[in-house]
Amino acid sequence: MSNRARVLSLAAAVEECIHDGDSVAFEGFTHLIPFAAGHEVIRQGRKRLTLYRMTPDLIYDQLIGMGCAERLVFSWGGNPGVGSLHRLRDAVENGWPHPLALIEHSHAAMANAYDSGAANLPFAMLRGYVGADLPKVNPLIRSVTCPFTGEVLAAVPAIRPDVAVIHAQKADAQGNVLLEGIVGVQKQAVLAAKRSIVTVEEIVEDLGPRSFNAVILPSWTMTAIVKAPRGAHPSYAHGYYERDNGFYIAWDKIARERDSFLAWMKANVLAQQGAGA
Amino acid sequence: MSVYTGNEMMTVVAARALRNDDVCFVGIGAPSAACNLARLTHAPDITLIYESGTIGTKPAVLPLSIGDGELCDTALNTVSVPEMFRYWLQGGRVTVGFLGGAQIDRFANLNTTVVGDYAKPKVRLPGGGGAPEIAGQCGEVFITMAMGLRSYVASLDFITSLGHGTGGDHRQRLGLKTKGPTRLITDLCVLEPDAETREMTVVSIHRGVAREQLQANCGWPLKYAARVGETPPPTPGELGVLRDLQERTRKAHGG
Repeated sequence: MSNRARVLSLAAAVEECIHDGDSVAFEGFTHLIPFAAGHEVIRQGRKRLTLYRMTPDLIYDQLIGMGCAERLVFSWGGNPGVGSLHRLRDAVENGWPHPLALIEHSHAAMANAYDSGAANLPFAMLRGYVGADLPKVNPLIRSVTCPFTGEVLAAVPAIRPDVAVIHAQKADAQGNVLLEGIVGVQKQAVLAAKRSIVTVEEIVEDLGPRSFNAVILPSWTMTAIVKAPRGAHPSYAHGYYERDNGFYIAWDKIARERDSFLAWMKANVLAQQGAGA
Repeated sequence: MSVYTGNEMMTVVAARALRNDDVCFVGIGAPSAACNLARLTHAPDITLIYESGTIGTKPAVLPLSIGDGELCDTALNTVSVPEMFRYWLQGGRVTVGFLGGAQIDRFANLNTTVVGDYAKPKVRLPGGGGAPEIAGQCGEVFITMAMGLRSYVASLDFITSLGHGTGGDHRQRLGLKTKGPTRLITDLCVLEPDAETREMTVVSIHRGVAREQLQANCGWPLKYAARVGETPPPTPGELGVLRDLQERTRKAHGG
């Protein structure tokens, strides 16, 4: 049996790779956020997920508001340039639709923790959190002493999720994936995870002319490839479509109240049954 | 004599603090406007870095997020987020970090995490993002925040990023070699740390603002430097560039 990633429908990929209670990292730093895959997880009604993500963004507002998550590991949870994530806040402040446990880090710590996960190390170290209060509320932020200089550095566990979910520009016929633009921590997340789903704008015969140093995930490092055009919207796919900043602004009003949020999800996500087929 | 808002004054004064040879780690919002105004006026060669990995970016419009495509399109290059935090920020390559925040205290410690108790917050704010390490690892930090009793508070519920801690040599005792916040630019005045206590102290007041007005918008008893000047108001040139930038931005975001 081949160890290459298989091309699956979105529904089949989510069905096979993501189970209730799994830890899942949906990554994409503003760019290439895997919205289509997140919506399929909501349609399939996954529960009790531990969600990893540096910048929770709208997709986690949606997953949290629809009751898919019991724990969130993150470093910045807002609607960039707009304000709060109202569903995240409602879960944390009021326990709606149910309580959400937070494990909170800084960006530097999460980026290092993904890097260590990809490198098969047990923890990450950084010169971080100096004088900050997060170590007082997150017992997973500890310290390690350099054996050479005696310097005390911050230490956090490596991130090793059950599943990484990312979106990319394209895959070739063999299932190799190319990412371009703001590449965030997606390569690290896939290499750190046990399983992975990669949605792409298009599947092409050959990846074509590219830099020798392009960011490429070889087919044998991933589980499932899914063709999902516009699968990052309202985030963006560089070279395909721009970030829908107007929608990010509009989301503030949609998500502010539980009723308007649920109505939007029903009309735009739940009613799209088969969108992932 | 042109008419301008407090927010425009704040952005112009914040922009002036940046130098042409700075390498600046840019926070979103007010810092982003100030950094790009500096680049479009007196500091054309400034290197602007956003935490999404874009190095030397020259956006024509202000980004809504720290990862808009515009930042990548106009950058010298774009690196991964782990590389950004490891090599460039922790590596000591950044001369200035430019931050905003929800709450600040007299020693320029910042809170963007929670109002109230962490476990049962009254208001859950976005959190630290890059700020805890920006505050520790940039050569110095500039902060820009409008004044008000909700944001300039006597004590913080949570220290998201360290300023001067409890003052004096607190940063050095924690092992930090960087300067921390050296300038706090508000819509009413400019503050700098006192040489001894490191408490943020008013060094200049914007035109037409009275000391009573400053105190009415600040939750701790403000201290003033021995010599307090008037902040030079925005020039028509500075205002024109800023307004053009914001008009282009408004059109681009469909706002």
